[in-house]
Amino acid sequence: MEKLTPQAIIDSFRWGLVVGFVTGSVYEREIAVKKNKFRSLWVEVRRSAFRSAVEHICQLQKYPHLAIISSSDLGAEVELIYHFTIYYGYHLEELSLGLRVKLPKIDLRIPTVTDLIPGAIFTERETQEMMGVEVVGIPDGRRLFIAEDVPMGVYPWRKDETGPEKFLRVLPGRKAKREDKKG
Amino acid sequence: MAVVETEKATYTIPVGPIHPALKEPVQLMLEIEGEKVVDTDILMGQVHRSIEWLGMNRNNPVQSLYVAERICGICSTCHPFSLAMAVEQAANITVPDRAEYIRAIAAEMERIHSHILWAGVAAHEIGFDTVFYLTWRAREEIMDLIEYVFGNRVTKAVLQFGGVRRDITAEQLPRIRKSLDYYKSIFEHLRRIFLEDMTVQMRTRNVGILGTEDALKLLAVGPAARASGVRKDVRQDQPYSAYADLNVKAITPDIITGTVVGDVYDRIIVRLLEIKQAVEIIEECIDRMPEGPIMSETKMPRLLKVLSDAAGEGVGRVEAPRGEDIHYVKLEAGQSTLATWKVRAPTYVNLVCVPTILKGMQIADVPIAFASLDPCMSCTNRVLITDRATGRRSAVGHEELHRLSVERTRELQR
Repeated sequence: MEKLTPQAIIDSFRWGLVVGFVTGSVYEREIAVKKNKFRSLWVEVRRSAFRSAVEHICQLQKYPHLAIISSSDLGAEVELIYHFTIYYGYHLEELSLGLRVKLPKIDLRIPTVTDLIPGAIFTERETQEMMGVEVVGIPDGRRLFIAEDVPMGVYPWRKDETGPEKFLRVLPGRKAKREDKKG
Repeated sequence: MAVVETEKATYTIPVGPIHPALKEPVQLMLEIEGEKVVDTDILMGQVHRSIEWLGMNRNNPVQSLYVAERICGICSTCHPFSLAMAVEQAANITVPDRAEYIRAIAAEMERIHSHILWAGVAAHEIGFDTVFYLTWRAREEIMDLIEYVFGNRVTKAVLQFGGVRRDITAEQLPRIRKSLDYYKSIFEHLRRIFLEDMTVQMRTRNVGILGTEDALKLLAVGPAARASGVRKDVRQDQPYSAYADLNVKAITPDIITGTVVGDVYDRIIVRLLEIKQAVEIIEECIDRMPEGPIMSETKMPRLLKVLSDAAGEGVGRVEAPRGEDIHYVKLEAGQSTLATWKVRAPTYVNLVCVPTILKGMQIADVPIAFASLDPCMSCTNRVLITDRATGRRSAVGHEELHRLSVERTRELQR
């Protein structure tokens, strides 16, 4: 498949996913003396179209590089961003592509991508243990970083009652930090 | 298989959780058959320090910048560099051109010291301690230079949002050039030792192979990926900072050998050539460095106000010595901490490749193959060996494994 321009990539998502597509934008920034462009793409899709979106990325680039899945607690929802890079290997041609998907907190499930990108296993395991998002179909669902003696149902990246606050040790003479904020 | 399973539970010898002499622990569970590794499982998290949580709950972004510097003692420029770029993107802060060049110089100096450090560790792993002393002696020159230019050997604290904290003055240039000339003069010597010495070749050729397709599938980054023939280098692909003005090319081992094998030897070639490349990049940066300010906002309270008022998100990607380092940051208006901070160090993805690399290898080759990835938690201390035939489990300490590796070198030298 020949290389598309950033805007054409956004359009290809829009036409390919139809109702599954939410928004897409191109970020550009000039850097250093020669003012070369730093470009990144942001695409938001619905969960129903998430698998097709990843499959579409695999068509744009044979082996897309999935750097990491970042997750944010937005209150009622959890936002996952899959940070892909495509078109690597050539000077100034690579594009960062952030694939965003928002999940409601009452139904935190996302299909695995390890069948398409085997190296995604660590970041999926981390998302599962740190954010409490269930990765459906993950070949190895064990914890990655959190020790076994930490109770289940505690998710360090959450900002709600499932967060790790109650495990914090307050040193003598200090006040617990987040208590006054919550009120 | 069922018999093995039951016997496995019988002989388990736990060894203390962390070896005090080593910086970062990781546990490799090697499943072996005789001397051959059949499968590997990696257990991590023994020293998870919740740095992201601190950045999201306790610290303001400027404090997080200094914490980021302490994520790794070796990549002490790359992490704050990456975080600074992500935050600058999110808060729309511009960086003066001169600062971009100083950042690149700091990052390349770090690459030189990291690669030489790795070369010494690799030599030590195969029991070639003369080379270990030699390379670490050579590393002192760049450490002294870093101290001279940035004020400290390791944690340099040179980065700040919107620029750098220290300028490089004209009086400093002769001293910098002197060190760079030193590295140019010893390069041939290092090349002869690492690429032509028979012992090194015997221990590293066709050991720990990672094929091109596996490297792509398992998302390998940095020298590990380039040694497998993947032309991937953030400085080339999506250049940031001063690299956007330079024409950096990803280094693959076929430059010297003509082919790509993806073994430990190829990883040595890539790192060795990258030392030379880093010296050239620093020289080019010094020549091209524009005049001007080094910070866009010098008043700290005003900078903190800008950061707490900003809303947005950004991704910073830096080619650290070990590979691509990426930080994702989300800022929310009115929040004094980072709303989201996700750090991904290069070792994180390179460790995914470890089972593939170690498969079918001799136990004595494990230290050098594992070390060839330059894992940030570079201690194969606490390797648990399960013998598939007897189902017996025994814990082999770093010293024991190292002894096996040294014995193998002696055997080959005979």
